[in-house]
Amino acid sequence: MERKIRVLVAKPGLDGHDRGAKVIARTLRDAGMEVIYTGLQQTPQMIVDAALQEDVDVIGLSILSGAHMTLLPKITKLLRENGGNDVLVVAGGIISDADAAILQREHGVAKVYGPGASTNDIVDFIRSHITPERFAGAEL
Amino acid sequence: MGLIDAMLAGDRRALARTISIVEHGGTDAQLALGKLYRYTGQAHVVGVTGPPGAGKSTLVNELALELRRRSATVAIIAVDPTSPFTGGAILGDRIRMQPLGHDPHIFVRSMATRGQLGGVARATSDVVNVLDAASFSTIIIETVGAGQAEVEIARQAHTTVVVEVPGQGDDVQAIKAGILEIADIFVVNKADREEAGKTQRQLQTMLQLGHTHDPQWSPPILSTVATSGKGVPEVVDALARHRRWLSESGKLDTRERERVRRELFQLVEYLISEQIDQRVPAADQTALLDRIRAHRIDPYSAAKELIQRALDGTS
Ligand SMILES: Nc1nc2c(ncn2[C@@H]2O[C@H](COP(=O)(O)OP(=O)(O)O)[C@@H](O)[C@H]2O)c(=O)[nH]1
Ligand SMILES: [Mg+2]
Repeated sequence: MERKIRVLVAKPGLDGHDRGAKVIARTLRDAGMEVIYTGLQQTPQMIVDAALQEDVDVIGLSILSGAHMTLLPKITKLLRENGGNDVLVVAGGIISDADAAILQREHGVAKVYGPGASTNDIVDFIRSHITPERFAGAEL
Repeated sequence: MGLIDAMLAGDRRALARTISIVEHGGTDAQLALGKLYRYTGQAHVVGVTGPPGAGKSTLVNELALELRRRSATVAIIAVDPTSPFTGGAILGDRIRMQPLGHDPHIFVRSMATRGQLGGVARATSDVVNVLDAASFSTIIIETVGAGQAEVEIARQAHTTVVVEVPGQGDDVQAIKAGILEIADIFVVNKADREEAGKTQRQLQTMLQLGHTHDPQWSPPILSTVATSGKGVPEVVDALARHRRWLSESGKLDTRERERVRRELFQLVEYLISEQIDQRVPAADQTALLDRIRAHRIDPYSAAKELIQRALDGTS
């Protein structure tokens, strides 16, 4: 049996609507993935705890508050500190190209999507970037 | 250190990974379970089931907080259905469990039903074993009380809580779903709503008329407001009382025996099917189906032939 791709979709920060996050969650579900949806106003700690307990392949973050340059690096750092190096992090929201470049180059965010991104692109990116057998050959 | 040893030593990352392996099934899952099974058997396994939107996740969150106050350690398995069309799922129970916060003695895991009946029951029971070995003292399984799969899951619990809500009309959900028989404790949640008293009385009447799980245990009907925590300590008291009753009456042993027996035979079935798939080429299976369709062999003889070939290991 093929292993299901598991994705945590979360919305860090304080802004109060999650329409974008819900669209992404549904898109990924329709692409056959298991989406753990945690809702609004997540702290980096909550996101990392959830991602690690759920053993997800991917964290998808929707962020519109403008706080991406503080929140996203906090999340990726916390993730690495807790052994989540193999988790792919993607972000979507209103993020400038310059910020996106820094996040991708220096802070371990694999890919940043703007508001107009095609949902198909996101699905394809995830499919081609996760390690297909992430826990194959784990020493029991 | 191997994954299982790390998990047993309290490494939460190793625990999460072990659950993934076990949920996926196959040889690694069987190896993992083989290593950890002897550390299981300590946890109190609680099922929480009821219609969608009844407040199960909110209640489970409150139960976990109350259990923590009483120094229990709590693992939660939240099961949501997989979309039959896409094979994907949106698992949203964690939304209501955010107040649990950053506590190393609480662990929440979401699971999709992944389509197959029976399959999800096996996967949850395996995951329960992993969490049990990881020393959680209470394991709560949340399922949507809608179908056979959920009833199957509830049967794995020592104590099953059925959550109802007021205002379902005269037709209390429990009758439809036939879950009266599996309830050890009834909770009428959303007791802040007007018709809560009426729902409670209806349940009372149904209990007097209908069949319950066990003639020696009469299920209490409790009311809660999960959003405020009202009535939650009483539910936790009832969980403890039921568990005590199970062990003092000897029911725990008979029920566990029955559960293990059922599980054993389900596994036998599963493993034989797996062996058949591995050892009998697909073309031969198709040929056998053709022979049945042509009425040249009867299904019983065909089944015996397949089993024999799996046992022989001929291919
Ligand atoms: N008024 C009221 N609303 C509640 C209560 N418990 C839960 N809810 C709400 O009911 C909705 C569904 O709750 P949820 O826990 O997700 O239900 P589930 O689908 O059974 O897991 C949420 O909006 C909750 O806030 C309650 O006791 N009273
Ligand atoms: Mg729920």
